[in-house]
Amino acid sequence: MSHKIIVPIGPYHPLQDEPEFFQLYVEGEKVVDIDIIIGYNHRGIEKLSESKHFDQVPFLVERICGICSSSHPYAYCLAVENILGGEINIVPEKALYIRTIIDELQRIHSHLLWLGLAGHFIGYNTVWMWAWKYREPVLDMFEMVTGNRNNYAMFKIGGVRRDIKDEDIPLLRKMLDELLPAVDLFRGAVMDDPVIKMRLKDVGTLTYQQAVDWCVVGPTARASGVNIDIRRDDPYGVTERLDWNVILEKDGDIFSKTIVRILELYESISIIRQSLDKMPKSGVIDAEVKDIPEGEGIGRVEAPRGECFHYIKSDGTNQPVRHKVRSPSFMNVASDKVSAVGGTISDATITLAAVDPCYCCTERVAVINKINNRKVMNGWDLVKLSQEKTLKLKEGYHGRPK
Amino acid sequence: MDIRKKALTKSIWVFHVSAGSCNNCDIEIFDCFTPRFDVERLGIQLAGSVRHADALLITGVINKKTIPIVKKIYEQAPKPCMVIACGICANSQHMFRFGYNVEKPLDKILPVDVYIPGCPPKPEAIISGIVKLIDKLKKGK
Repeated sequence: MSHKIIVPIGPYHPLQDEPEFFQLYVEGEKVVDIDIIIGYNHRGIEKLSESKHFDQVPFLVERICGICSSSHPYAYCLAVENILGGEINIVPEKALYIRTIIDELQRIHSHLLWLGLAGHFIGYNTVWMWAWKYREPVLDMFEMVTGNRNNYAMFKIGGVRRDIKDEDIPLLRKMLDELLPAVDLFRGAVMDDPVIKMRLKDVGTLTYQQAVDWCVVGPTARASGVNIDIRRDDPYGVTERLDWNVILEKDGDIFSKTIVRILELYESISIIRQSLDKMPKSGVIDAEVKDIPEGEGIGRVEAPRGECFHYIKSDGTNQPVRHKVRSPSFMNVASDKVSAVGGTISDATITLAAVDPCYCCTERVAVINKINNRKVMNGWDLVKLSQEKTLKLKEGYHGRPK
Repeated sequence: MDIRKKALTKSIWVFHVSAGSCNNCDIEIFDCFTPRFDVERLGIQLAGSVRHADALLITGVINKKTIPIVKKIYEQAPKPCMVIACGICANSQHMFRFGYNVEKPLDKILPVDVYIPGCPPKPEAIISGIVKLIDKLKKGK
């Protein structure tokens, strides 16, 4: 009988993202069980939002997550507009286009961010540096349009806060054109590299049935063949008037998740280009909503990680009575319970990372022997283990006679 | 001037603690290490363990669950250890100050040396904050 060892991952990690706590139960190299403890980031946003008036809440929900900082305000605005009679009936035409452009720009920045960090975890630091280098122009676009690199403050009930100026549009198009070769480069780097394929193929697999059972959303679900995308199923903005595809993969392993995200970059770039073409040259961008009537409303937005859901109940005053948020990572992180179990520890870092949670937690891992509570391994050792495996595969691949 | 503090002025290794932040400060800190800003050329490096760190870069509003952990991390750090409060949440709790899960600002928990305001601070601001920390160390305050 081999003895079980607990590997605590988190809650603090030197790289980025929220603190979360994973406990991996391992037997030798194999992960046999996993516990997920969250709540280190609890700030009481739903309760705080009930003490702010309707126009202040977008700034608050923007700060739920810094990476999807347009999805949450968008979903909140949709929820309030649902009470008022629907986004499409209230928001002016031009504002709809601007909303879609901001939402898709955010998807590009988030997927590039994920790609870089995933590259870092499997020992491809070049991919990390490149992905973050090409992410900078996207942030520049944000700075040009919204005035800030990260918290955009673009959304308000009944419209947007800032206009996209006509003289900015050619520059935006040029920046998108320059981004396209970079995406090609990543597609080539991931799809054609035999070592990445060996490293990611059939690792952390989530089958179709498991994906349905664990209610995963977004790219994680689409990589397992679950055909859901809020942009198509419950259209918002102008996405239903544009020509784009939902990317689907069948295998559900990390390789498919990577492919889904890379191909979605192309779709996002295409959506932004079409929106820039079709956007009216002039027009109001704000419906100047004054009173919110009594009622309940929901808003659903396809955030980079999946469905982001907001519920608002209003009693006719200027504050929400109840505000409920369901963010996509909460659903996706739980699926680690099936995808990470059965794999090895060196694959655990990338498996936990693959759902794009707040995953740099894996950096502060410490392996503790359950019997005497002594640390035998820390976070860097684990990342090193993961990187060494890639190195070994690389040597094996190049050393093998053809 | 304290010799141990003088040693810090050449190359500061920072340990990043995200104590209940929204990720924005964290990705901007991470941005500092990527090609456009590349602070490693200035000798600033991200330490993997707090025991190798010269400075703690703390982001986010410190909530009830993270107060003991942040204290523990500070105790584990080798002294002298500088504390940088990065972002307006760590400086003054921002819009979360009335939240039920938020008790006190960072400078009531740990001695803070440098405050970097901004939501989130741009990478330039973070670099400038660390440069101010080095200036402060050189003056021996």
